[in-house]
Amino acid sequence: MLTKNAAGVKARKRLCMTVNGRAVEIEIDIRESLLDVLRDRLQFTGVKQGCSVGECGACTVLLDGTPVNSCIYLATWAHGKAVVTIEGLAQDGKLTPVQEAFVDEGAIQCGFCTPGVVLSTTAMVDSGKCFTHDEVRRELSGHLCRCTGYQKIVDAAERALREADIAADEHPV
Amino acid sequence: MDHKIVGKNTQRLDAVAKVTGRAMYTDDFFERDMLVGKVLRSPHAHARVTRIDASKAKALPGVVAVLTPADLPKIKFATAGHPWSLDPGHRDVEDRLILTDKARFVGDAIAAVVAEDLLTAEKALHLIEVEYEVLPHVLTAEDAMAEGAPLLHENRPGNIVSSFGVQFGDVEAEFQNADVIFEGDYETSIVQHCHIESMSAYAFVDSDGRVVVNSSTQIPHIVRRIVAQALGLSWGRVKVIKPYIGGGFGNKQDVVVEPLTAAMSLAAGGRPVRYCMTREEVFIDTRTRHGMKLHLKTALSREGKLQGIHMQVLSNTGAYASHGHSIAMSAGGKFRPLYDFRAIKYEPKTVYTNLPVAGAMRGYGTPQIFFALESHLDDIARKLEMDPIELRRKNLIKLGHQDPLTKNVVRSFGIPECIAKGKELIHWEEKKKVHQGQTGHLRRGLGMACFAYASGTHPVALELAGARIVMNQDGSVTLQVGATEIGQGSDTVFAQITAETLGLPVDMVHVVTTQDTDITPFDSGAYASRQTFVTGIAVRKAALEVRAKVLEVAARRTGLAPAEMDIRDRMIVETSLGRTVCSLGDVAMDSFYDRLLAAPITSDTSANVRINAMSYGATFVEVEVDIQTGRVEVTELWNIHDSGTIINPKLAEGQVHGGVSMSLGAALLEQMLFDSVTGKPLNPNLLDYKLPTVLDTPKINAAFVETFDAAGTFGSKSLGECPTISPAPAVRNAVMDATGVAFHKIPLYPQVVFEKFREAGLLAERSVQHV
Repeated sequence: MLTKNAAGVKARKRLCMTVNGRAVEIEIDIRESLLDVLRDRLQFTGVKQGCSVGECGACTVLLDGTPVNSCIYLATWAHGKAVVTIEGLAQDGKLTPVQEAFVDEGAIQCGFCTPGVVLSTTAMVDSGKCFTHDEVRRELSGHLCRCTGYQKIVDAAERALREADIAADEHPV
Repeated sequence: MDHKIVGKNTQRLDAVAKVTGRAMYTDDFFERDMLVGKVLRSPHAHARVTRIDASKAKALPGVVAVLTPADLPKIKFATAGHPWSLDPGHRDVEDRLILTDKARFVGDAIAAVVAEDLLTAEKALHLIEVEYEVLPHVLTAEDAMAEGAPLLHENRPGNIVSSFGVQFGDVEAEFQNADVIFEGDYETSIVQHCHIESMSAYAFVDSDGRVVVNSSTQIPHIVRRIVAQALGLSWGRVKVIKPYIGGGFGNKQDVVVEPLTAAMSLAAGGRPVRYCMTREEVFIDTRTRHGMKLHLKTALSREGKLQGIHMQVLSNTGAYASHGHSIAMSAGGKFRPLYDFRAIKYEPKTVYTNLPVAGAMRGYGTPQIFFALESHLDDIARKLEMDPIELRRKNLIKLGHQDPLTKNVVRSFGIPECIAKGKELIHWEEKKKVHQGQTGHLRRGLGMACFAYASGTHPVALELAGARIVMNQDGSVTLQVGATEIGQGSDTVFAQITAETLGLPVDMVHVVTTQDTDITPFDSGAYASRQTFVTGIAVRKAALEVRAKVLEVAARRTGLAPAEMDIRDRMIVETSLGRTVCSLGDVAMDSFYDRLLAAPITSDTSANVRINAMSYGATFVEVEVDIQTGRVEVTELWNIHDSGTIINPKLAEGQVHGGVSMSLGAALLEQMLFDSVTGKPLNPNLLDYKLPTVLDTPKINAAFVETFDAAGTFGSKSLGECPTISPAPAVRNAVMDATGVAFHKIPLYPQVVFEKFREAGLLAERSVQHV
């Protein structure tokens, strides 16, 4: 296989990151996207490929807590960072409140945009901030969905935020 | 009727699998030593390949095979996802080869590479030498039919796929006797499905020599047939697997990548080959919605009674027929069971052009026809100074109406209630008053539009559905259906029908969602809003058979007659006393292990459904139009549906939301653009093609008028495609109400809206007012 790219630069590199809390060390081609590495090498197939150019948001993962389009994020940039994919949310078979909100609100149809939207919502909830209706919509506007008209997706995100808010009130840190 | 499960918001069966990322889609399966396929596409809209030399590509290390037209069978095949017709006269147009030596649109597939990895495959594409003899091309239906136009397909003079139409009554006599005659021209643009999962498949030859294709498809059994036909294989040698599907909307009711993917594997000695299209390829070489031009001429009485209509339609089908003329024909039949015309002459022409191929898309031509008709009715109402709602009400057909051509009977007719409900929900009268005398640059208006749709394709095509139920030892059942879950929620609805019939909780119905043509009952698939209606009948039939068998075994145990018992919540109950006699689990165990009488309880059945049910509905919308910028904003929208009994309200709402959003996209934002000189697509990506984002999408309100249709399971009718029909004309009518300007083409994007306002003098009028 290729070891040097056209510019003559060594094309392979060791990547260390955590994925869903577990340390991963892997040799990659520096041209690979984080999406390629997560899906093709590590088999985190919950990360979806919808357009490969950062337009649809299906490949969203959390990188140190921030949603990014993994298809236009070089894998090497993730060195030393913490990646969370959709597979990293539910623990011991128990859904997170965000996942539960998406299920309960009927926000899932074909399910292809779902992992990305759930992760972006998770980032909103984890931020601890309050969001207005319009802010929720803006935060989710990088995710394209053709099935739902976004109605129940926004309902689910707002429900998750509302419930997190109540939970925070009940258990002040 | 009192139902325990039907009519309830049963949670989607696949919700947890999807929300945890565990649901497996075609691209999520990996085979060892998997290769990748890539396609070389024509840069010309119309060109003959005069020379093709793949030797350099073949010599590139990592390239396993290069395919050119010469390497493949010369079998022309049809790609449309219709049931096979035994009558050759009713078959889809066979105009396609897997790879072509005559490119008919920019992006037509000329050659393909199979390589160890994507980069190598991409490189190899550049090493294939192709020489073209460039031919003149045509992009519009009018140009394609003009004398001397270049022919796309040798056996289709005038580039006309078909001009078959229908009529009844004497439309000319109606025009002669009419008090008033109106004419109008309307046009819709080419749009795309934009399922977020790409078009993708992988294929390999298994240890038995069978060609296995795993595909993101709505129609696994049809894919099997067409892969076999295209490659000249015996049908049974092909096996198709359908896992979870990331949206289809009709694009995957067509066989697009599967024959090529199978050919790639065969060329690579049967090794697994994946061919997943890029987003750009999905735009260019899958299917689109037909752009249509419609001329309507209508005869009315002075009081506004519709008498006759002559509808002429030009349907641009692009480079290959795909669903061909079926779309224009199907769509032309949908308004007949809504408005009562004495005479109709429907003259559609489906025409080849050098553009990407149009095919099935949610609504199947009906959104185009209703955009024209519902806009036309508002234009008429305006000229007659009639209330557009009254004009429609006055002309509705009546319950019991039988279509003179299809012979379908209207057994439930909730449209009058839908109209009344919509009018009330949006506060039509109050808003009308508030809107009077607007002079500012932001103007509000109200619009509405109606639609009718069918449940499946009867009597045009075969409506066969299969269902198989096996009872397990614990009394739970496993259900297999041939109709495909593609995100719409059909598996959940089938589980509800089964659970309701068998007295089971839904979690005791296990639906096999991954389909495999070796195992899955025969069914033509997900399209025509047929699953709940057509396959529902098969599922109900299978469940009733299982129920009868359960009660027979229970009768053996208890001595009671089967008719004296019922299954309620997993228990066998003596009906008259309400007394539990044994559990369903007891019956199931007997059926498996009774030393004398054991015979597992199963049903494997099908339904050949030779009936149809019309669904109805209406959109009511308020818009705010900015005269200064041409921006149209939807400020309130209601879609009211008569889809019979609603089996699952939450899933039904979801269908309405998505369908409305798709129609609003077509009304306001979406269109595929092409260079008028070269025919090259200008916006084949999700940035330049304006798919609505959440910020572009208003609140969408769904409401239902539940009727009971005797033909459907538990009284249900179709819904899936219905919401995609009426929002666009309703928005257009609302813009006219707000501004007085009639638009005749969608989408109403700000630039065209602004220019038309300027043309209409609205801007001048405003500046005068503000001097």
